[in-house]
Amino acid sequence: MLKTETISVAASGDIVAVRHAVRRQAVKINLSLVDQTKIVTAASELARNMLIYGGGGEVTLEVLQEGVRQGLRAHFVDAGPGIPNIDLALRDGFTTGNGMGLGLGGAKRLVNEFNIESAPGKGTRVTITRWR
Amino acid sequence: MGDFLLVTIQVDMHDQLASALQDDLTNKIAKVNAKGVLIDISSLDIVDSFIGRMLANTSAMARVLDAQTVVVGMQPAVAITLVELGLNLSGVHTALDVEKGMEMLRRHIGIPDLDEDNGAQD
Repeated sequence: MLKTETISVAASGDIVAVRHAVRRQAVKINLSLVDQTKIVTAASELARNMLIYGGGGEVTLEVLQEGVRQGLRAHFVDAGPGIPNIDLALRDGFTTGNGMGLGLGGAKRLVNEFNIESAPGKGTRVTITRWR
Repeated sequence: MGDFLLVTIQVDMHDQLASALQDDLTNKIAKVNAKGVLIDISSLDIVDSFIGRMLANTSAMARVLDAQTVVVGMQPAVAITLVELGLNLSGVHTALDVEKGMEMLRRHIGIPDLDEDNGAQD
């Protein structure tokens, strides 16, 4: 882990701040334009989920170095109500809000690694990684 | 521009701004009796599900108000990401640039009998 940056998400303007921070780090490690776009878009979806369903939270970015390869990892952590059924929440089209139900499943498709930990009353932690 | 509205999105919009644009645009279409709307997103470096839904909603509302919407200038990296995200923007007409979008609208409006689907290819 080379460096970290934390952005707190409490309002919709903060989602824009998350997008910009992720873009900045993705450019720094020379991700291709398509890969930059994918991880920025995934981060935008997850930051919005965190705000709408988790009541806000924090995004932490890490630049990873594994041998010669570099990666960008982002953690989305909230202390919200948690997700009772993660498999269902990952399914396209499933939503308990008024969005399109693409956020979680879509974000998962846009990154190389995706991990989610959540339980009712315990909040939600989503981690995504895109390698160069 | 005559019967057309041209909207160029030049900033990374937060969600409320995107919603406000959708409402403003829909009101404007009715107010000026626009027959076509061109939304230029060439400056956008991402389109997530929220912006995607805004584009789809605006297009649907315009259609109800008898106006055709064409979204132009989507960057290739954005298109790739959008489809992988799961958004195919079905029902939203697209063109490569403003010029081609204008052509599409002119065709659509110039020949009123033409079936809508023939007048604007995705």
